[in-house]
Amino acid sequence: MYGNDFTAPDGPRPAPSAGPGDAPPEPASFLAVLAEGGRVEPRDEMPEAYRRTLVRQIAQHAHSEIIGMQPEGNWISRAPSLRRKGILMAKVQDEAGHGLYLYAAAETLGVDRADLLDQLHDGRQKYSSIFNYPTLTWADMGAIGWLVDGAAIVNQVPLCRCSFGPYARAMVRVCKEESFHQRQGFEILHTLSHGTPAQKAMAQDAVDRYWWPSLMMFGPPDDDSPNSAKSMAWGIKRFSNDELRQRFIDMTVPQAEVLGLTLPDPDLRWNEERGHYDHGPIDFTELFEVIKGNGPCNKERMAHRVRAHEDGAWVRGAAAAYAAKHEQEHVA
Amino acid sequence: MSTPREPLWEVFVRSRRGLNHVHVGSLHAPDAEMALRNARDVYTRRQEGVSLWVVPAAAITASSPEERDAFFDPAADKIYRHPTFYDVPEGVEHL
Repeated sequence: MYGNDFTAPDGPRPAPSAGPGDAPPEPASFLAVLAEGGRVEPRDEMPEAYRRTLVRQIAQHAHSEIIGMQPEGNWISRAPSLRRKGILMAKVQDEAGHGLYLYAAAETLGVDRADLLDQLHDGRQKYSSIFNYPTLTWADMGAIGWLVDGAAIVNQVPLCRCSFGPYARAMVRVCKEESFHQRQGFEILHTLSHGTPAQKAMAQDAVDRYWWPSLMMFGPPDDDSPNSAKSMAWGIKRFSNDELRQRFIDMTVPQAEVLGLTLPDPDLRWNEERGHYDHGPIDFTELFEVIKGNGPCNKERMAHRVRAHEDGAWVRGAAAAYAAKHEQEHVA
Repeated sequence: MSTPREPLWEVFVRSRRGLNHVHVGSLHAPDAEMALRNARDVYTRRQEGVSLWVVPAAAITASSPEERDAFFDPAADKIYRHPTFYDVPEGVEHL
């Protein structure tokens, strides 16, 4: 569903923001690949900081897919029709698949999925801020599909051209499936907003709650985003946080009009001169609080994930024992 | 209880009209049977293929990028391997 790479301003800075003076020179073969817009492949030479940045970003993207199954999984058993339930289950299954593609991409950089999950569980690695918000009504399934997956697509389409080959290829696959997610969310909201007044009010309430957190998914503003410059120079990132946020707003406002719903920003209006929508100020203190673990559902999400991991240990042990036993039969 | 290691498997899919199996990704699974089942769920949810291969990643040996030029060079200096290298007189057909 979504991955990005930013930390709270007073949080620990990720490793690659170390000063340029103490970084070893970047290998010539690596610079040549970047210069010709090629793809860096797992066995190619690459700077250690590039490798570390990618491990962190891809792993956190993978973690986001896994944790992102919880807010929607919350509504599977309460979906209002069998059709909606089937769709929601397919969507959550896709997200598990996205997590898997991304862990596989991260592993080409020489890390191990089990270690990455340990880092998630003990808080050394993060996941997207958006999944720390609760899903209070059925309409939230629509708002998440339309806004959250919509923001994810805007962020992920440029990642399909990321300089690291395995990540770019994983994103091509993810983006195709993400379009299904966004459209089903839009359909949910469209149905609700053209239903009874109570259904329309439910849709509006969901949009009101998810609009600002969705804008925050693009990360801090450009002048407060320490990793961006390096990520752009390395071809990991293609557009700045603010550029992507603006693109998302510009495509979302007309869609809201079709839905017959309003976006909760009184300053939102078309700017003829810029050719973009102007929007009100975003309160990033909320984003940083959520990243630091103080969002509405941080503790619940992590507790659930860790419990599933620990309670499942005996099942993994059984599968390993069974595999070992049959491996011996094979040899014998 | 320590986490048992699940080895990595590379996954190849042959699409409905595809002539050969194409590498689509990888996954962790305790054994080949589970790898196959998971590959079915993960990589063929949208009718992407009709045949699946899973191979333990440890069984694959890759060529080295540092040796790429020397390793693949023979193809470039043996242009006579290509049919377009040869002159054919005007008017000769089906050759």
